[in-house]
Amino acid sequence: MEAGTLCEWLVSPGSVVKRGDIIAVVETQKGLIDIEVFEEGTIHKLLIKENEKVPVGTLMALIIPAKETTPKTEKRLAEKIQTIRPTPAIQTTAGGMIAAGIKSSFKASPLAKRMASEKNIDLSTVKGSGEGGAITREDVEKALMEKEAGIPVVKPSAVENIRLAVAAAMTRSNREIPHYYLETRVDMSRPLAFLREANKQRTVKQRLLPVVLLIKAVAKALKEVPDLNGYWENGLKLKSEINIGFVVSLRTGGVMIPAIHEADKKTTDELMDSLNDMIPRARAMKLRSSELADSTVTITSLGDENVETVFGVIYPPQVAIVGFGSITEQPWAENEKLDSRPVLRMTLAADHRATDGNTGSRFLMTVKRNLQKPETL
Amino acid sequence: MNTPDGYIKITYREALKQALRVSLQKDERVFLMGEDVGRYGGAFAVSKGLLGEFGPDRIMDVPLSESGFTGAGIGAALGGLRPIVELMTVNFSLLAMDQVVNNAATLLHMSGGQLNVPVVIRMSTGLGRQLAAQHSHSWEPIYAHIPGLIVLSAGTHEDARGMLPAALQSPDPVVIFESNSMLNLEAEIPANSGMVDITTAHVKREGKDISIITYGAGVYKAMDAAQILADAGMNPEVIDLRVLRPLDENAVMTSVRKTHRVLLVEEAWGSVNISAELSARIMEQAFYELDAPVQRLGGMEVPIPYPKHLEDACVPQTADIVTRIKKMLQHD
Repeated sequence: MEAGTLCEWLVSPGSVVKRGDIIAVVETQKGLIDIEVFEEGTIHKLLIKENEKVPVGTLMALIIPAKETTPKTEKRLAEKIQTIRPTPAIQTTAGGMIAAGIKSSFKASPLAKRMASEKNIDLSTVKGSGEGGAITREDVEKALMEKEAGIPVVKPSAVENIRLAVAAAMTRSNREIPHYYLETRVDMSRPLAFLREANKQRTVKQRLLPVVLLIKAVAKALKEVPDLNGYWENGLKLKSEINIGFVVSLRTGGVMIPAIHEADKKTTDELMDSLNDMIPRARAMKLRSSELADSTVTITSLGDENVETVFGVIYPPQVAIVGFGSITEQPWAENEKLDSRPVLRMTLAADHRATDGNTGSRFLMTVKRNLQKPETL
Repeated sequence: MNTPDGYIKITYREALKQALRVSLQKDERVFLMGEDVGRYGGAFAVSKGLLGEFGPDRIMDVPLSESGFTGAGIGAALGGLRPIVELMTVNFSLLAMDQVVNNAATLLHMSGGQLNVPVVIRMSTGLGRQLAAQHSHSWEPIYAHIPGLIVLSAGTHEDARGMLPAALQSPDPVVIFESNSMLNLEAEIPANSGMVDITTAHVKREGKDISIITYGAGVYKAMDAAQILADAGMNPEVIDLRVLRPLDENAVMTSVRKTHRVLLVEEAWGSVNISAELSARIMEQAFYELDAPVQRLGGMEVPIPYPKHLEDACVPQTADIVTRIKKMLQHD
């Protein structure tokens, strides 16, 4: 993503803001994103008009920090003023599919750039055919011809954008990442029994779904096996926070991957709240920028009434994706006896550049062990 | 193939000799001085026979002392003659560098504009004759660096014959580079071709897809490459710089504005060569015309080796030009 259109300011000069407030709504290639503020203070000036399209990184507004409410001179003001920019995290990779999907900047020859500005052509809509995908004179001429011939420039819809973003990220993943796959079966009797008991104490709205136990078990296991929580960027870069990206399927096709921040530190109730809050917003394409940008590992969970096994495709630059199939009744041999149990097939697809099967195995076995002690989750 | 009417087929060596002969015939003040130019007929047989035609006063053998006889040539020019000083190769010309830079190129300035130095210094350049590292270099860029000189490169038979007479009309010092590798090369040139201009670059082939800009031994290679590329459906333009100082920026920028892509080709070592200078000027003057980065093919930065195949590998060949341009235009 290289640009966004400011749809709406939710604040005006003089508004007092604090960290985490939503101050604006920006339309991007994948829909609307809420822009959060990371400073406390008073909005001094809005620098961008509504419906204006600006590149990522553009200064949007000036804020006077909380303690400096009466700036004496413009100069002093300038020194103290904080700035808000669309968070650069949006254009880096992790959370949303935006980042990996749409190239973060385009290359164009000096001639192509000059022609585009003379002829009023938006280069971000032009496909480059030159070396390394650079936009050349020919590409601009083609775009110009199409424009003049009255062929409407087809602006991909949000749905198409997401499809393209998924396609690009998954293509890159399969091209660049040597995946290895592991699978194990988990007897879910104990966790499900725990949930039944736990949910008796809860209102319908508060009830926990099995998936929160899975998320928590994964988050805890990552603390023990941190090698799967990170990015591959010319080497394995471990992340200190465990932000679990949770794949949400959109009814129109495509997926969004909002991040559950620091899932290891959240209680199961807090995790359930997060899911209840995030999933509808993801489906409405109203996620916060930080939710789209920060995930460090991904979980894909198919849930009820679905196939038993899913092998994920890693979301670059992450190095692992954990897959949960649906929990189904299965024959289960234990202590020389055959029994019927609710069984979950859990898989791991991990980046073989970053880790080896031994690490992956250790991780899955830890998740499994965690699930057998649901009360500690 | 028969030579068309009005054309003659001659070698590059013969063209150089005709240039000398015509110049000596036309102006009594003109004389040739250099190592072995007389009795031996020139190290590369360019002046063979001229001693008999013009006598020892005008075809003058000199001692093996480049600094000494180049200085003498400069003195003769100051004294009203029109000397042609032949330095056997650019490699030995370094011995005369002090005379060239501190006297020939500087005296007009030092004399407050009173003393022009109408000397012409010819030298052979480049590889192609298996003469190894001390006889084979292409040091045109060293001379092109010096203000006060006019530096020419004869990359075609027309220029081999036509540049010398023009240079002799210049009131200021002119250095002419002649390509060793082309001496035996035959070409057809107009029988009446004579003096050429020595101020402009020439478009040797009109094209619209890319400008190949070169000089000296690169010219025919670029023309051959352009033909091969044309057969493959591409349409390159070829420019022979001809004048390495002062560079004909107008011709270069005109071509860049037409093709928007540039490949610079020369045999001189890659670092700090003519291409480097041109690349910078194109960036300064025609940046917004460029549709791709300017690229260069230069000589390998090694002392020129003796074996033929290594000598060939040291400088850009026709096939290298073709390959590079295909990559620039098709980049698949």
